[in-house]
Amino acid sequence: MSLKTVLRASGAAALCAIASAATAQDTTITIATVNNGDMIRMQGYTDLFTEQTGIAVEWVTLEENVLRQRVTTDITTNGGQFDIMTIGMYETPIWGANGWLVPLDGLSDEYDVDDLLPAMRAGLSHDGTLYAAPFYGESSMIMYRTDLMEAAGLEMPDAPTWQFIREAAAAMDDPENGVNGVCLRGKPGWGEGGAFITVTGNSFGARWFDEDWNAQFDQPEWAEALNFYVNLMNDYGPDGYENNGFNENLSLFQQGLCGMWIDATVAASFVTNPEESEVADSVGFALAPNSEGVERRSNWLWAWALAIPAGTQQADAALQFIEWATSREYIELVAENEGWANVPPGARTSLYETPEYQDVPFAQMTLDSILAADPTNPTVDPVPYVGIQFVAIPEFAGIATEVSQEFAAAYAGQQTVEEALERAQDITNEAMEAAGYR
Amino acid sequence: MATQHSRTAARIMMTPAVFLLLVWMLVPLSMTLWFSFRRFLPLRGGDQGFVWFENYTRFISSSSFWPAVQTTLVIVGGVLLVSIVFGILLALLLDQPMWGQGVVRILVIAPFFVMPTVSALVWKNMFMDPTNGLFAHLWRAFGADPVVWLSDVPTFSIIMIVSWQWLPFATLILLTAIQSLDSEQLEAAEMDGAGPLARFGFITLPHLSRAITIVILIQTIFLLSIFAEIFVTTGGAFGTRTLTYLIYQRVLESQNVGLGSAGGVYAIILANIVALFLMRIVGKNLDR
Amino acid sequence: MARAVTTQRKAINTTIAWAIGLLIFFPILWTILTSFKTEGEAVANPPVFLFFDWTLENYAVVQERSNYMRFLWNSIIIAGGSTLLGILVAVPAAWSMAFVPSKRTKDILLWMLSTKMLPAVGVLYPIYLLCIELGVLDSRAALVVILMLINLPIIVWMLYTYFREIPGEILEAARMDGAGLKEELLYILTPMAVPGIASTLLLNFILAWNEAFWTLNLTAVDAAPLTAFIASYSSPEGLFFAKLSAASTMAIAPILILGWFSQKQLVRGLTFGAVK
Repeated sequence: MSLKTVLRASGAAALCAIASAATAQDTTITIATVNNGDMIRMQGYTDLFTEQTGIAVEWVTLEENVLRQRVTTDITTNGGQFDIMTIGMYETPIWGANGWLVPLDGLSDEYDVDDLLPAMRAGLSHDGTLYAAPFYGESSMIMYRTDLMEAAGLEMPDAPTWQFIREAAAAMDDPENGVNGVCLRGKPGWGEGGAFITVTGNSFGARWFDEDWNAQFDQPEWAEALNFYVNLMNDYGPDGYENNGFNENLSLFQQGLCGMWIDATVAASFVTNPEESEVADSVGFALAPNSEGVERRSNWLWAWALAIPAGTQQADAALQFIEWATSREYIELVAENEGWANVPPGARTSLYETPEYQDVPFAQMTLDSILAADPTNPTVDPVPYVGIQFVAIPEFAGIATEVSQEFAAAYAGQQTVEEALERAQDITNEAMEAAGYR
Repeated sequence: MATQHSRTAARIMMTPAVFLLLVWMLVPLSMTLWFSFRRFLPLRGGDQGFVWFENYTRFISSSSFWPAVQTTLVIVGGVLLVSIVFGILLALLLDQPMWGQGVVRILVIAPFFVMPTVSALVWKNMFMDPTNGLFAHLWRAFGADPVVWLSDVPTFSIIMIVSWQWLPFATLILLTAIQSLDSEQLEAAEMDGAGPLARFGFITLPHLSRAITIVILIQTIFLLSIFAEIFVTTGGAFGTRTLTYLIYQRVLESQNVGLGSAGGVYAIILANIVALFLMRIVGKNLDR
Repeated sequence: MARAVTTQRKAINTTIAWAIGLLIFFPILWTILTSFKTEGEAVANPPVFLFFDWTLENYAVVQERSNYMRFLWNSIIIAGGSTLLGILVAVPAAWSMAFVPSKRTKDILLWMLSTKMLPAVGVLYPIYLLCIELGVLDSRAALVVILMLINLPIIVWMLYTYFREIPGEILEAARMDGAGLKEELLYILTPMAVPGIASTLLLNFILAWNEAFWTLNLTAVDAAPLTAFIASYSSPEGLFFAKLSAASTMAIAPILILGWFSQKQLVRGLTFGAVK
């Protein structure tokens, strides 16, 4: 390789750059999205949208953590890099309240905004205005191996308790064959292990804050919840569960290495898909558990939704895309090509009224789980916040990530549960003071 | 030999580089300083005016600060140690006559070409995963319980991943230095009855000191700011939160730009302490 | 060669060196192999090395999902542009430091290196705001300039160490013959410095190619290079080792091939004047 070749190559490269810049479409929208299966499928159908409307679409597909970092930087600085952002139930109300999102009140009649599941619509609104349209929604539920459950001589109730989960995990745990009784998230990160331990806390009556925004990790409910979780996982969970998030557990379950898995309802279509899952024909579903005597269950509520940042120049085209991607027609399009089990779930009431979809084994349990979730009343005692597996304040992501890191250190045996709770208490109060709540 | 004329010319020629770097340093630096004195929460009303040193006291009094400084030093020190010790051994080995030396050299330097993100992803998923990782398979093949690398020995794992990327760099510089060593000197020492260890300790090692200094200097610059390897693997959990990562958490996860900027100023101070320390050794060695 | 080396010794050296070389290279090899497996085979227990059904399916999927060529071009332009620009700025500076050193030369050099220690994430917001102000978000030009500035200290320093090795007597002889500054630069120094410049180019091309913070955070579509390409494959739902391997192989292959062919120059480039 001589200097000359390098020069020549870069000269050619520069020419190509100029050439490619000249071929831009008339209207092009840029969409930032997460690399989840349903979104990748949506990308595959983009050409149909472009054919119908003449609007070209550029995708920026990023891994979840990178996506969050990228869109948050852009929205807070009004960078205008994206015409549509894929965001969740945590970001939407906060950003909407700040006036950073275009209100979705221009949706057409055919779109039928009233068809959106009320829980999803409420979670994606601020002061009654919808700021993001749900692409898919989820709660969490138990997925379990019917064959192993039968072999253990147990029967899964529709609405089990944590105590039953422990009993069943003990019965199904089979280290000889690599089968873990139960697989649960432990991975640090507010949306990973942080979300899971928060809902577990809810189902033991624990809460993040009291009504004066004081951290509550020094309360007995948290000690009970965390100790229960750690003991359960140390006894019957996989090695290194402190590193397992949604994805890691999904792959464990698909390989037949978990007796039970409590996680997002969207996972149901992955674990019952014979192309991906070795245990596709022996998966059962049940409501997420609660601790005996606590009336709140550990199911969360989440939606991945499409929102239009206020800084965009292409709000109309963006709205057209959102209408297309979150419409009933899109669901039918996917159903036609890939089967009903693979449509984006949890967004529309009509989906659950479709007879073909009612035959899908996990449809009813998904709906029941979503309906059982109440973001304004996440736990037993009253709280000053909205959100089940999160607290809808801007500071939460940072705090919960650090808290979940402390918890994960306890899962890994690097500190005791008591030490982790103490650290969590300090971190939370420290951050709330810095943010001016206390 | 330099005339007045060439001095002026030299100054003119240096100007663009110095000016650009000055701008590159001063603009962000002054912006960081500015923000570090302000209460700036992008998600809650943006810039809310001066709080002066509040961010500084808050950042340094946070229970995460000193552990982060310690982790930073441990990781930088660990990688330096691994890459220099193994770099010397590898360089000595590669200096020996053998068949296919060129190919071996390519194999050894290849990791240097790999993007940090890619190398972290590959190590994390395909090697260190406790269920499907290659190490786990290997451990099980010998009847041992797989190690959960990223939480049992997190700092070690990160040092291993980063060392894998930087060992080639160290090896190459040290190899070039060893190849320039006068072999007659070594032979003379051998004739005088010096053993291999003595020859290494009294001739090779002193000869390498300059190269080692360069490795330390260049690598420290890059290692102080490693980010991708931690972001991808542990996300700062299990005691792997470096100062850079702590700043990332303050700026992007907690969305507190003021607090993060104060952290940035501390990081610059730390970097300069390290740099001062380095320059004392380097300064001595560079002039030889 | 002053000493005769026995064949036996050479064989031992060869064995050990190859074993270690392969060990170090193994993660890359394993990634490349995995990229030709199906997702199921990629996590098979026990793992399979060579005897699996080789498939190009993963590459097809990756190619279908993302426009690899565009990411590749962006990487080439950004890395190449920033390197060339860096050389243009650095050559005069390094030249003057090497041949007309003053008392402050060393201080300036070390100061330049210290500018590299500012943690990037601390200035993300300021730089992002600045790019909005200038309207250069998601533009290759901005990244070319930023990466050039990031690597400039290293470029200056490397060139400085080469130039210092050029004996000053040659210059004096040239000056006696009446060569001006221009001739001196063009006809005497440049030819002597070409190997050094070439290796500096290579090293900085690699550094710029692998830079993953600014290239990810300041781009969206038009300027997104391979580092952004990787971010869309890093941890999706379901099994992903094989597709991740394919994407990784595509991201590192160009630079690996470049490195392979230019390793001689690169090796020289990595001396940093450490050889004395």
